[in-house]
Amino acid sequence: MQSTTRQFKDNARAALNDATLRQPLQKLKVGFRVRRAQAAEKLPEFETLRDQGRDLKNHVLENLDFYLETFATAVEASGGVVHWARDAAEAREIVLSICRDHNARTVTKGKSMISEEIGLNAYLADHDITPVETDLGEYIIQLRNEPPSHIIAPAIHVQKEMVADAFRATHTHLPADRPLSEPRQLLDEARAVLRDKFLAADVGITGANFLIAETGSTVIVTNEGNGDLTQLLPKVHVVLASLEKIVPTLEDAALLLRLLARSATGQEASSYTSFSTGPRRPGDPDGPEHFHVVLLDNGRSRLLGTEFEEMLRCIRCGACMNHCPVYGAIGGHAYGWVYPGPIGSVLTPALIGIEEAAPLPNASTLCGRCEAVCPMRIPLPKLLRHWREQEFSRHLPPGRTRLGLRVYRWFATRPALWRLATRAAALGLRMMGRKTGFLTRLPFAEDWTRHRVMPVPQGQTFMARYRAETDTPEI
Amino acid sequence: MTSSRTAILESIRRAHGRGDLSADRQQALRDRLKAHPAATIPARSAGDQDHRITLFTDMVTAVDGTVDRISGWDALPQAVGNWLKSRNLPTTLAIAPDPRLDAVAVHPLYTVHRGAALPEDLIGLSIAEAGIAETGSLMLVSGPETPTSLNFLPDVHIIALPASALVGPFEEAWARLRTRFPDGLPRTVNLITGPSRTGDIEQTLLLGAHGPRQLHVVIVDDVPSA
Repeated sequence: MQSTTRQFKDNARAALNDATLRQPLQKLKVGFRVRRAQAAEKLPEFETLRDQGRDLKNHVLENLDFYLETFATAVEASGGVVHWARDAAEAREIVLSICRDHNARTVTKGKSMISEEIGLNAYLADHDITPVETDLGEYIIQLRNEPPSHIIAPAIHVQKEMVADAFRATHTHLPADRPLSEPRQLLDEARAVLRDKFLAADVGITGANFLIAETGSTVIVTNEGNGDLTQLLPKVHVVLASLEKIVPTLEDAALLLRLLARSATGQEASSYTSFSTGPRRPGDPDGPEHFHVVLLDNGRSRLLGTEFEEMLRCIRCGACMNHCPVYGAIGGHAYGWVYPGPIGSVLTPALIGIEEAAPLPNASTLCGRCEAVCPMRIPLPKLLRHWREQEFSRHLPPGRTRLGLRVYRWFATRPALWRLATRAAALGLRMMGRKTGFLTRLPFAEDWTRHRVMPVPQGQTFMARYRAETDTPEI
Repeated sequence: MTSSRTAILESIRRAHGRGDLSADRQQALRDRLKAHPAATIPARSAGDQDHRITLFTDMVTAVDGTVDRISGWDALPQAVGNWLKSRNLPTTLAIAPDPRLDAVAVHPLYTVHRGAALPEDLIGLSIAEAGIAETGSLMLVSGPETPTSLNFLPDVHIIALPASALVGPFEEAWARLRTRFPDGLPRTVNLITGPSRTGDIEQTLLLGAHGPRQLHVVIVDDVPSA
């Protein structure tokens, strides 16, 4: 997928002015957040499980080569085929060649962020294979020709009238005057249209929430059942998964399953958790005849052993974006690439380069809510700061920012001057705002005061009070 | 593909600043796979059969499913019929070829076909490998007598759950899988928790997205209680 991350500031400004985003983002804040909190509350062991989940993933990452080889051996033993893809191009090529081997014309797809990451749909379409997204949200955005704006609720930005417009434009075989004003009508229409696609598809492509080394199984967690129809009905099932999805055993999968649904949607369990192991067996009346797993690296292995290794613990629940004040204000598209929100701000620079994604680590107030809810205890604010350091050391921030930071450092490392300057600044601000008690314009901070007023400083400076109250001698 | 495989594995080892894991380390990891230790198991699932039945029923009900309990397999045809009638549903069924469901298949009340689901099937009847009280989930496996399509294609899904197969947490369901399939898992293992649902249109929860719109569980007391 092409990134528009460089234009983050413009994207964010446009999003802030987009009235259609207000309602869904407001709803997300009350819905997802409250449900997650309730689910966590109902499970007294939740915090312990978070610690264990973190430790488990660290164990896996430390021994990733062993578990990948174990997984591959188990898949092959059950009659499946494993493909290794170093990058997006290789993964696309592998999927295309599987489709061609089976003379595929249409493929149905379960929701897969990896598929978005490698730009699979456009590639297949360019090669005369029609990809059909079957997750309702993914289907809606495919018809609207746009990327997902949330990793578990891809069409969260779309209003139902916009869905109706997309359906009328696409489902032209249906009566033009049919009622489509209710979500139920929209869903029933999508269900009927997609049912035919499921039955006709030659290949079904799904992602994977987990890969189980012990059994060679791939696991998907869904609520709609579309992923199950995708991996059940066509004669070929292809699984796209990135390396870090591995867990050793079924017991380890249970640990992460207990964290995933609760953190994502606040459910005790998603409707469907399905394990696929190899193709159909002799005597089975249904199921695919061929089973392929594509293991994608695409920059992940080189994060191991670095300060960003912890990012690979992510199980893609979306809790960080549901709780992020920045995501809550601008939605997902402004981030400009596949993964929005706090995980996107850490992952995107790692996968497409900090030069391309420099604005993202700065799109955060470092408030820490994401870390507080992350089921895998990924220290997202710390990782964002690591990117800021890298960005600065590579001279990526604009001259004005660098100059400002240099001026700050010069004062901050000279305590006497600092105190003098802050006293002078406080006095100056008091003078400027003496009539109203508020400042409506601040020199060098016009962007900030454009939308708010700042109260004038009260009393003494922090250092002066600190000295007075603690009796600390002047340093 | 061997070259990409080698390249990825090498890249992992290089990033960790090591070569292959030592033989001892590999043995320790193989031992862990063999022992498959469980993490903390939520206390809520611990208890006797009565507790499991209550918890399971509460959990299924909380996710918009319904639960019935009957005294034996002989009572199944009537119980299914009563529920269908209460929902104003027809008596045409697609039934898994498991012999425990034969009594329903031969019952004069029903028009029946056995085997994989057909696209036009409205109601499917299948049988669970286990019930998991912890979350109100049903574990169904694929096999000659248990087609997976019955779990997803029909609008209405009725699942018979032998009471002896009701377990507490996930881990006990895994134990049943390992015992029943020592040579590897069947092609598909489904954990089903309530009917199909979506929140993809304006975050409005709707049942019956792509899978069944209704889910009904019949717990069959297959062993005399102690």
